[in-house]
Amino acid sequence: MSQIKVKTKNLKNFSTSAERFEGSNLLCPGCAHSIIVREVLNATDDNLILAASTGCLEVCTAVYPHTSWDASWIHIGFENGSSAVAGAEAMHKALKKKGRLKQPERTPKFVAFGGDGATYDIGFQWISGCFERGHDMMYVCLDNEVYANTGGQRSSSTPIGASASTSPAGSNSYGEKKNKKDIMAIMAAHGAPYVAQVAPNKWKDMVGKIQKGFATEGPVFINAMSACTTEWKFAPEDTIAVSDLATESLVFPLYEIIDGTELNITYRPKNIIPVRDYLGAQGRFKHLFTKQYEHIIDEWQTRVDAKWEYLQRREEVRI
Amino acid sequence: MANIFELQDIEVWDGNMAASHALRQAQVDVVAAYPITPSTPIVESYSNFLANDYVDGEYVMAESEHGAMSCCIGASAAGGRVATATSSQGYALMVETLYSAGGMRLPIVLNVVNRALAAPLNVNGDHSDMYLGRDSGWIQIDCYNPQEAYDMNLVAFRVAEDHDVRLPAMVHQDGFMTSHTAQKVKTLTDDVAYKFVGEFNPMNDMLDLDNPVTHGAQTEEDWHFEHKALQHHALMTNVIPKIQEAFDELKIISGREYNLVEKYNMDDADLAIVCMGSSVETAIEVSNELREQGIKAGVVGIRVFRPFPLEQIAEALIDVKAIAALDRSSPNGTVGALYNELAGALFNSSTKAILTGYVYGLGGRDLTKVNIHTIYRDLGKNAQNGQLMTPLQQFTGLRGPKLSFF
Repeated sequence: MSQIKVKTKNLKNFSTSAERFEGSNLLCPGCAHSIIVREVLNATDDNLILAASTGCLEVCTAVYPHTSWDASWIHIGFENGSSAVAGAEAMHKALKKKGRLKQPERTPKFVAFGGDGATYDIGFQWISGCFERGHDMMYVCLDNEVYANTGGQRSSSTPIGASASTSPAGSNSYGEKKNKKDIMAIMAAHGAPYVAQVAPNKWKDMVGKIQKGFATEGPVFINAMSACTTEWKFAPEDTIAVSDLATESLVFPLYEIIDGTELNITYRPKNIIPVRDYLGAQGRFKHLFTKQYEHIIDEWQTRVDAKWEYLQRREEVRI
Repeated sequence: MANIFELQDIEVWDGNMAASHALRQAQVDVVAAYPITPSTPIVESYSNFLANDYVDGEYVMAESEHGAMSCCIGASAAGGRVATATSSQGYALMVETLYSAGGMRLPIVLNVVNRALAAPLNVNGDHSDMYLGRDSGWIQIDCYNPQEAYDMNLVAFRVAEDHDVRLPAMVHQDGFMTSHTAQKVKTLTDDVAYKFVGEFNPMNDMLDLDNPVTHGAQTEEDWHFEHKALQHHALMTNVIPKIQEAFDELKIISGREYNLVEKYNMDDADLAIVCMGSSVETAIEVSNELREQGIKAGVVGIRVFRPFPLEQIAEALIDVKAIAALDRSSPNGTVGALYNELAGALFNSSTKAILTGYVYGLGGRDLTKVNIHTIYRDLGKNAQNGQLMTPLQQFTGLRGPKLSFF
């Protein structure tokens, strides 16, 4: 654990720590997925057993005969990364009981990665099953709010007003009509011991939460905002800048929920910026900056304010 | 260590109970399952073993059959012995992951208690589910009675986990007809059964922390074909000899003899019925009755459906004059699957046999001895005339007007 402390002391140490996720992958330049994955993997020195659901991360990191993973990794399908790692965790338990582990002195961490499509939509049942059963695992949602791997179709994480390829903005449409699903509340409602929302630009906050998650027994859910240069439509070098706009405007508040009830806000921006600034930095919201659709921007601000108010009250009342 | 379960030399078990005891004796490390009629009692009695310390593995009570097989895949890739059970709709829900397990070469044993597929919803036995997974890259072994459900499970672990094979295996039995019909089952002691199955020997196991592995990589047009070809190659070349070896060994320790293709009254047969599942035993009874009347009727039972023992089937049927392929699944727009397999096996041979197909027993409709007598009568006509005298495809046991095609 002391090694980990040195690693996570400053960003330089952290970014140069031993890699279990190699830079040689096919993700877009500026993709936040790789930043998040490295921050998760580098947050522990323990061995890792990983799974990925079908999606950007999977298709870009394990194209035969190459692999970007220097840790055991499995992919089955779009919906079942959670179950894959849950099965491996069950096998670990069984072999431990039977004395057949090859390295019994080491206990690996079990982590599944999935995009928002694999998490909020198609794989939700599998995740829910894993959390209800209480597997000792971490599920990390790489939430880029769209089916980015297949060309930008809307998911139930796509926020209102975003133009996606199946909910495009047009002369008679402001784009996506539905609010983003509140996956944090849903996962907390499972009674999961630890549920947290993170963003890669707030790396210390994120690493702290990942380490807390790894130290927790039972299922841990992490919702990681993953700014998508391709589908959110911003320049690849602006990933962190756009992520900052998301956390500073409270569009993406950073908080944790312990045992389904105890909510802690973990980041409070000193100067909260308008939601308009966040939306304006991305091409997917470009059409909102017209007379016809600008009421959506006001709605956005009202909703974000209300959510922030709600989170603060939850934190206060501890229920 | 799990408690020893004291078995009688002969137990009265139905097919489900027989299968669950085989899982117990194989000391499965992880069972991940979701209950569905008629396979539910397998996982229920496994749960009972667990609750009473007769097994010491892990049991994941999944939220669906898809989740169950997904957990099985993760557990198997992690490096241990894995088994589950399902039927019908559950099997259909699993199909996506069946292809994954096959393609990833993970030796999972799946008990399939065969049942019809909706619509209309039906809980009874037919082979629609069995046929649905036939291209998924699994070994498929068929049982006709509870004794075989017990023996074939032990065979399945041993063959699937062999490092020359590394393929998942299904053990099929007929819903209710076999799964819920109690019969005498001769047992092996826990020790003998476990020795026959063998220790699980992991390969590319994710839990070997010093040797990380990547499972389930993507391959496009550059490598996908080669991977699928290797999988097919393993099925075509390695499985049959290993099954034969297991059958030979099982005969030594139990006295029970099994064959890739089961032949009854076939030595000098003119007429042959080829079928699967519990129908084989009904057909044998009828064939015995006909033999007493001097009619040279025989039965061929399919023991291994995948890989399909093409050469052995052709050899069994080469000298007969008329053959009936009995399919317990609606082909929905063509000839039956078994009919197709037999036609493929015989087409380039010297056979002059007339081949007809019968669709029977859908949704658990009984196949009666009268039905089988009628089929043999049809075969007799075709054999006598040396040409097709009956429709090529007939529905047997269907109420209302006769249904036939071609």
